[in-house]
Amino acid sequence: MERDSTRGYVFVTVGTTSFDALVRIADSRACREALLSRGYSSVVFQIGRGSYIPQKSTGDEDSLKTNYFTFAPSLADFIKNAALIISHAGSGSIFEALRAGRPLVVVANDALMDNHQMELAEELAESKYLFCASPGTLVNTITTMDLSSLIRYPASTPLAVVQALDQFLGFSNQ
Amino acid sequence: MLDLVSMLNHERYSPRCYVAALTDNMSLSKAQRLEESFIQQAAANHKARYLQIYRSREVGQSYLTSMATTTIGMAHGLWIVFRVRPDIILCNGPGTCLPICIAGFLLKVLSFKWVVMVYIESIARVRKLSLTGLLLYKLCLMDQFFVQWPKLKNKFPRAQYVDRLM
Repeated sequence: MERDSTRGYVFVTVGTTSFDALVRIADSRACREALLSRGYSSVVFQIGRGSYIPQKSTGDEDSLKTNYFTFAPSLADFIKNAALIISHAGSGSIFEALRAGRPLVVVANDALMDNHQMELAEELAESKYLFCASPGTLVNTITTMDLSSLIRYPASTPLAVVQALDQFLGFSNQ
Repeated sequence: MLDLVSMLNHERYSPRCYVAALTDNMSLSKAQRLEESFIQQAAANHKARYLQIYRSREVGQSYLTSMATTTIGMAHGLWIVFRVRPDIILCNGPGTCLPICIAGFLLKVLSFKWVVMVYIESIARVRKLSLTGLLLYKLCLMDQFFVQWPKLKNKFPRAQYVDRLM
């Protein structure tokens, strides 16, 4: 695998949830080595309400620069500039990443009982807009994923609903 | 929801009243920022309102205690809807909107006020409706019931498929 250290940073996000399993595995030695081998130079964790704290590191030749924070008013800048996003399966996070056109790996939270969120991730993965993984398969996914196989997500708008509403209420469309 | 509101004609769909769950710390301030941007773009005619409603059930709450909190949520929903007397109720569930929708339906039936009821199922619901969506669909409470994925349209033919909202 090529080692291109200009690949940029990996953004790991759990949104407003607590998802220690994801942060823990992404912070593990195996995962760091996988990310390094794919050419990423640093990782930023957004850990939300989680209690597991990743080790900060300034990074040198052989290790990933690491930083973390809990929340921010907007994740837009972190997402826009990330070379890779590893996210929990919340629809908000997923669509923010997709609309920014960034490569995305969505990780299922096995601990959640009613995991309907994965329906969305699986459907989008089938259409090749993103990759799906679980905490247990994340390292393998990172190692083997072919980013060139991803298709850019075609962003949509609520226009269809607005038009349907206008029509139902008898307003002429602009 | 806010993307949708920003695309509506601001003169026609006015005044606007936003309702969010009591435990939701972010949505109403996002709505406020949106309304402020409307003021900056053009003359705002009516002042928007922001209300909070008791949540019928928190994620993971036991079904037993949920019965009590749902009753409170329902009473609060009735209070809000009968006070505001909306012409249109636009919601995307789940949970929080159910008391509002039932109250809206009651308002329609009891006071002969024409309340247009519109529900948009969450984009995260691909193959199955949410519990709120299922209830609203089966009870035929809504005038318009939108789904964002074709598989749901196949399973629930009375729903309108509108492609994804984002």
